[in-house]
Amino acid sequence: MKQFFSFAKKEFLHIFRDTWTMMIILVLPVIMMLLFGYAVTTEVRDTNVGILDNSRDEISNRLVDKLDESEYFSVVKSFNNNSEIDEAFRRSEISMAIIIENDFSKKLITKDSPKIQIIADASDPNHAKSLVNYSSGIISQSLMQEAKGNTLSSQINTEIKLLYNPLMKSSYNFVPGVMGFIIIIVCAMMTSISIVRERERGSMELLLVSPVKPIIIILSKVTPYFFISIINILTIFIVSYFVMGVPIRGSFFWVFVLCIVYILVSLSLGILVSTIAKTQLVALVISAIILLMPSMLLSGMMFDISSMPLILQGIAQIMPAKWFISAIRKLMIMGVDVRFVINEFLVLIFMGLVLILISLKKYKNRLE
Amino acid sequence: MLGYLIEKEFKQIKRDWILPKLIFIFPFIALILLPYAANFDIKDIRVVVVDNDKSSQSNLILNKFRANTSLNINYIEDTYSEAMELIHEDRADMIINIPLGFEKDYIVDKNAKILIAVNTVNGMKGSISAMYAQNIISDFSIEKNSSLQVINSPKMEILPLYAFNKTLNYKFFMVPALMVMILALICGFLPAFNIVGEKEKGNMEQINVTPITKPVFILSKLIPYWIIGAIVMSIGFLVAWLFYGIKPEGSIFTVYIFSFIFTLAISGFGLVLSNYAQTYQQAVFMMFFFIMIMILMSGLYTPFTSMPPWAQTIGSFSPLKYFIDIMRCVYLKGSKFTELLPQLYSLLGFVIVTNTWAILSYRKKN
Repeated sequence: MKQFFSFAKKEFLHIFRDTWTMMIILVLPVIMMLLFGYAVTTEVRDTNVGILDNSRDEISNRLVDKLDESEYFSVVKSFNNNSEIDEAFRRSEISMAIIIENDFSKKLITKDSPKIQIIADASDPNHAKSLVNYSSGIISQSLMQEAKGNTLSSQINTEIKLLYNPLMKSSYNFVPGVMGFIIIIVCAMMTSISIVRERERGSMELLLVSPVKPIIIILSKVTPYFFISIINILTIFIVSYFVMGVPIRGSFFWVFVLCIVYILVSLSLGILVSTIAKTQLVALVISAIILLMPSMLLSGMMFDISSMPLILQGIAQIMPAKWFISAIRKLMIMGVDVRFVINEFLVLIFMGLVLILISLKKYKNRLE
Repeated sequence: MLGYLIEKEFKQIKRDWILPKLIFIFPFIALILLPYAANFDIKDIRVVVVDNDKSSQSNLILNKFRANTSLNINYIEDTYSEAMELIHEDRADMIINIPLGFEKDYIVDKNAKILIAVNTVNGMKGSISAMYAQNIISDFSIEKNSSLQVINSPKMEILPLYAFNKTLNYKFFMVPALMVMILALICGFLPAFNIVGEKEKGNMEQINVTPITKPVFILSKLIPYWIIGAIVMSIGFLVAWLFYGIKPEGSIFTVYIFSFIFTLAISGFGLVLSNYAQTYQQAVFMMFFFIMIMILMSGLYTPFTSMPPWAQTIGSFSPLKYFIDIMRCVYLKGSKFTELLPQLYSLLGFVIVTNTWAILSYRKKN
């Protein structure tokens, strides 16, 4: 036990002396939360719009003003002919153009249905769809105001109930994702690199000839990372609860147990990578490509898993992050009982056991 | 002198176990898999239906739901609480609850209700699912009403046109930009490890006592990544063309010129970090920290203009933002070189700043 503590202390010193890495690791969760909270958003705001108004009469001017007033659009250009529109798109100065037919007001009064064309830059299809939806909404609404429209006959009122997240905050979705991601970075990537570094520098040889059991060496190596991950998790909880207003609806106890299980699984992943990789570069590439990228893209943190092709859904099933995020969402955001996440718990524990068994086997081989 | 140094770099890369694989195989695999994952299209929404009315009208409306390809009715339950159970277990995303007396309310009272409950933990998926459901219901009632309705008010025609991507294919949007991301990952991370690697192995000491000047040393580190960048980019072009059938509308020459400039900028940045870092771990985390911010704020996944103004200011310090814009412009809109001059100047600015910084921050003495 004494050996374990002195080894763990040595590892802590290694980490604390490296102030840069230390700072980044502690700040990273906060930065990620801010990025996902405020920067990674698909909402439409102040999109640059160009107008080709062939009528320039009272109603068409009012329409343009209505668009410009809305928070979604800002009219930045006004054109005289179609070729100017094309060029503005190619220079990526505008994302949407609106062409108003000539004699707009006159045709409106004579019920000749004047035409308005909305050209959206569909390079980004989803954004283009929202642009068309919002702008045609604004245009028809302002026309309704001009005309005081009539009502439909029979109607169905659709009552929409937004479960768990009535304000549609994106933070409810990404907070579990950021946790899953940060732990993979700290536990899998940092741990594997630091173990491989000892080997690359030759100091591992020295450790292995000492009377300390290899298992103690490995355990003391991962201990500091275990604590750093817990600090990271607590930081995320604090920022998400107090700054972003994300509730913890279920039992905090089980949320925390789940985090510990996931940290242990990730640490065993790190140990496994370190037994495979011969150099730090290899450890890094393996953990970045096989662990980090899928944990971001295939875990349901940014993109919906069930909309992906089957093969990617299959790959997602073997990512611990996917199971962790799904369980934490249920426990924390949906606030369901722990019996609904038994599956996730079992899968994570099973993954952990398999990983530990494989790395123990690999580790023994390496000693001979 | 420079020639020998570059030869040395290439030998080191060739002898490494993982680097050649990373350069040739990673772009290939990443470009085949990523566009399928990085997709904001929402499909296969799992629906559970609670039909308390079981009338001909409720059946008609459910048939509308069945006909929609984005929604799948997976379960039919008798009570709302049973349906909720499925939501808790994450086996369904949405509940459609038709109340008792729906038909009567609809036909006689002309005012019926339907409840749609959506799991909105993922806000975007939730709102899109709700929108789909609402559209289906309002289509249904418009169809029913169209025969009765008399239109008296003035109307106009709104004609939407989706320019540059008529089929609204998300891959056309993502593939050119993902090529930039892959290029940034390879040509950003590898230089960041390079000088640190020399430091950790002790080679740096030996190089420092030779008469190699600072600019020559940095150039010898930069040029190999320039060539690697061209290889990665060419693999990207081929995969985009052969696998997705995406070809640039504009000239491929324009794309190549910009990719050369971009590679210089991002590799220069990697070298700067490498000069400051003492260990691999430091280099990895510094690079990771910056590149993650640069990628997420570049408009790769979400529109740049959707970010709040302060975030747009930070984002404009990301060279990825400009190159992604350029790639999308040339690939989808066929922009000409002369139409992209503002982006060109910004990228050139990055090249000059990062590489001068790389030369200045390389110190032969401790």
